[in-house]
Amino acid sequence: MNSGTLNLLIGVAMGLNLLALGSSRLPSLIRIMSLQGVVLGLMPLIMVLEALDWRVVALALATMAGKGVVIPGLLRRAMRAAHIEREMDPFIGFVPSLLLGAGGAIAAVGVARALPLLPEHAETLLLPGAISSMLTGFILLIGRAKAISQVCGFLILENGIYLFGLLLIHSTPLLVESGILLDVTVGVFVIGIIVDRIQRAFDSLDTRKLTTLRE
Amino acid sequence: MSPLFLIIVPLAGALIAAAWPNNRTRPWLLPAFGLLHFVLTFWLFVRPPVVAPGAWLGFDPLARAVLPVVSLLFLVCAAYGVPYLRIRSGRPNRVFVALLLAILGLLSAGHQARHLGLLWITTEAVTLATVPLLHFNGTPRAFEATWKYLLVGGTGIALSLLGSFCLGYASLHGGGSGDLTFTALTSQGASLSHPWVLIAWVLLLAGYGAKMGLAPMHTWKPDAYGEAPSIVGAILAGGVTTVALTAILRVRAVIGAAGEGFVADRTLLVIGLFSMLVAALFLLGTRDFKRMLAYSSVEHMGILSIGASLGAAGVAASLFHVWSNSLTKGALFLSAGNLRRAAGSPSMDEVRGMSMLTPRSAAIFVTGMFAITALPPFGPFFSELQVVRAALASGHGVATAMLLGCLLLAFFGLTRVTFGIVDGRPRPATRENAQRFVETAGVIAPPLVLLALSLWLGLFTPAILREAWSAAAAQLFPTP
Repeated sequence: MNSGTLNLLIGVAMGLNLLALGSSRLPSLIRIMSLQGVVLGLMPLIMVLEALDWRVVALALATMAGKGVVIPGLLRRAMRAAHIEREMDPFIGFVPSLLLGAGGAIAAVGVARALPLLPEHAETLLLPGAISSMLTGFILLIGRAKAISQVCGFLILENGIYLFGLLLIHSTPLLVESGILLDVTVGVFVIGIIVDRIQRAFDSLDTRKLTTLRE
Repeated sequence: MSPLFLIIVPLAGALIAAAWPNNRTRPWLLPAFGLLHFVLTFWLFVRPPVVAPGAWLGFDPLARAVLPVVSLLFLVCAAYGVPYLRIRSGRPNRVFVALLLAILGLLSAGHQARHLGLLWITTEAVTLATVPLLHFNGTPRAFEATWKYLLVGGTGIALSLLGSFCLGYASLHGGGSGDLTFTALTSQGASLSHPWVLIAWVLLLAGYGAKMGLAPMHTWKPDAYGEAPSIVGAILAGGVTTVALTAILRVRAVIGAAGEGFVADRTLLVIGLFSMLVAALFLLGTRDFKRMLAYSSVEHMGILSIGASLGAAGVAASLFHVWSNSLTKGALFLSAGNLRRAAGSPSMDEVRGMSMLTPRSAAIFVTGMFAITALPPFGPFFSELQVVRAALASGHGVATAMLLGCLLLAFFGLTRVTFGIVDGRPRPATRENAQRFVETAGVIAPPLVLLALSLWLGLFTPAILREAWSAAAAQLFPTP
């Protein structure tokens, strides 16, 4: 395994997490996510460079297509269809989000040290990258009001899970591949937004207005 | 006969329903395939096939102990679906019918899944297939419920995938070959890496617990059950939650084999009691009779979780409770659907006097409410009694007292709402609305049948069922 290149890519993905937390406009958030999707798609290719088989190539292509092209495209379409304002409404401000994300990335490295890893995984940043992406995803999921930014949060959370899954790519490729289904979930989310737009049920897609159902 | 037919037959039915041209005759596919599925399940139940240890799918004792009731519930709900969709004939039902049948096939796969990855894929697919069903009514409230279901359910399935990865890594770290069938994981036992096993347990419990509706991951439930058509609510409460319970039980067996069974049992007990408490408190506050059913479902998921924490005897009691809860809850959901349609509103602020407007549905609803609050001789009384006995036998006196206290609170909450809508004089607006709803045999018989089944389960629990529940418990807790 080429751990130097891999760590470089994971570093890029972690940097993109911070950019996502700091971006205040939806189109830039979507662009950051699609770039992260492409970076993640490259990783399995690097990890099994010496023994490439068609399944790994298919996984990489599906990841890049799903996370890098299809979902961002759907999100842009939903944004156009719904005439959503490009500004994001944060519950958690941008600076606190960034500080949380940066602190989380440092904590992730610490947590990863404390967990028992196999020797071949000990030198990679896969686990810290996974934990910090999941944390970023949760911050976006909880801390942003617009439905589309929550979808972005879910997608970054899912990217973190995908990073973790790469630890298992040699032993149980099928389990890792099934993670692609999560992308399908995101697709359903977004299609839900589009369908809703056609029905004109809501005007702003501000999830704070989804408060009819409560005790 | 291969248990694969249980999966293929309903999925084929879903394809046929998707291609069926006529909106009026399409609903009949539901009972047709439901009946076929039930006959196949019953056949397998009576003559259980031998399951190869390394098989990814199989009609093993655990599947045998719960899949028949899911199939039975689906059949009765399908029979209700025909008159229901006739009333709603203005809406296209192609997606609705096809997805209901697909869910039956996926549930059959999920209950029989003996592989960590396959189990996750089927639960994920069930979650996605449910989404358009929740949205069937097309109201803004239904959209809001669907969105919350997607957010909580999506996070839940993401966490359970992460948990599956962690369990896979625990196996890899312990020198495993990458075989993720539950049999292989259990036989690896103590060599699984303990920190990873514990992380996996927390994540899988949170993920599948969200699917099951255990507090504090239950928040999607009242919205979804409140806004979805009753038939969907009944299948969600009696079938989809069951697949999550079997998932938790299968994972629990692996954790137990790894030597962390005590931790697993404690978390199940605590989360079960917490769910019951949260449900009981919300039951005292809610004013909507369909949301009331959702909180009651959360409460019963709590009982299942408590039962699952009490060793082999408790698991057998839990499986008994799966049967009695599914059948009784089905009766409640279907009769609540009738009341909701006749009343035009689900809130006790606007609905009164339903015993005068729809006497039969109201009678079934009230009887079902007493049955679910453990009135003898209905099924829930005996299954809850068995859970309580298992708890006392294992020395959980305080937990038992809390369980009984929550049951009492829930009883107050349920009777408050139920009699609020059944008693009194109906409002003129309700009266007008109710005139458009006729209590035909088609909408009365299905909930009545489910109620009768619950009574039968309590009075004459067949020995073969008891044997099936103990066999499933023995599968999960093998005696060395």
